[in-house]
Amino acid sequence: MADVPPTRMNDQIFKGKKKAAEVGHKLLKKKADALKVKFRDYAKAIAETKSSMSTDAASAFFSMTQAEYAAGNFKQKVAEGSMTARVRVGAGIDNVAGVKLPVFKIYETGVQADNQSLGLVGGGKKIVAVREKFTVLLEMLIKLASLQTSFVTLDEALKVTNRRVNALENVTIPKIQGILDYIARELDESEREGTSPFSSFVSLLFYCFLMSSRLFQCVFRFHSSKACAG
Amino acid sequence: MEVGKLVAIIGDEDTVTGFLLAGVGHRTAKDTNFLIVKQDTTLQQIEDAFHALTLRDDIGIILINQHVANNIRHVLKDYNQTIPTVLEIPSKEHPYDPEQDYIMQRVNMFLGGGA
Repeated sequence: MADVPPTRMNDQIFKGKKKAAEVGHKLLKKKADALKVKFRDYAKAIAETKSSMSTDAASAFFSMTQAEYAAGNFKQKVAEGSMTARVRVGAGIDNVAGVKLPVFKIYETGVQADNQSLGLVGGGKKIVAVREKFTVLLEMLIKLASLQTSFVTLDEALKVTNRRVNALENVTIPKIQGILDYIARELDESEREGTSPFSSFVSLLFYCFLMSSRLFQCVFRFHSSKACAG
Repeated sequence: MEVGKLVAIIGDEDTVTGFLLAGVGHRTAKDTNFLIVKQDTTLQQIEDAFHALTLRDDIGIILINQHVANNIRHVLKDYNQTIPTVLEIPSKEHPYDPEQDYIMQRVNMFLGGGA
């Protein structure tokens, strides 16, 4: 505290700093609250989507078992050979409450499915059913992935914002308040003692003025007496 | 985004085949974006595959069967990249258990903890 001179100027300066810190604190708190609301929304959405995804997955696996039963061992054929992805995800950015959140969008590359031959094997219809079920599952999973990344990103942003709010509340503003109290105390004391820098400056000026006016009077009288004499 | 990212998949045969049918498979001379985990697949292979997938920047999502995820839980715990996202999915043998999914744990902690 001692390294801030307790002057009236500093009093003004630090009052300004305190104001700025308080405004900043209020704004950050608002942001934290907005983020918390969004965070809760995402948490709920994830919980719901995950449980419905679980049902879709069970249905997809069941259709796979059916296809196996009908078409025999086709799984190996699917995994062989070179393949190009027919489905990809585009990574986009959404701005939510001032935070950039990553989102995934599914899109088809238009590459032709190269395992059409599977359809010729018995049970082709069942295989098509598997493809459909897994595509539905995939779309839901991509949506879930978006929710998940947004959730994690929001979590981080919320943590950072809360940290800043707490820092302002518990460190910065009390520190400024401490300095202001110190300045107020020192100013009070020196006013009572009469030794404030300002008042001592004024008294010094006054003293100089007094001395110089007395000196001037002496010189004037001396000269005028001389003039009379001479 | 001009070019989309791939969806990778680490799982048992049924799971991977299903998603390959849905069209996520991508195999080039260099690498593939899926790993079929069989009885004889070692833990090291799974870890290496996962690690390699996370280092690639053309992959957006990694799907992984929950029971496989449990085997490499120690790797997943330390994973904190935003992209690729890791998503745990159930398998035919092991239906979905939200208790084990670390994202669901955080969701429940938040919803349960309230405020």
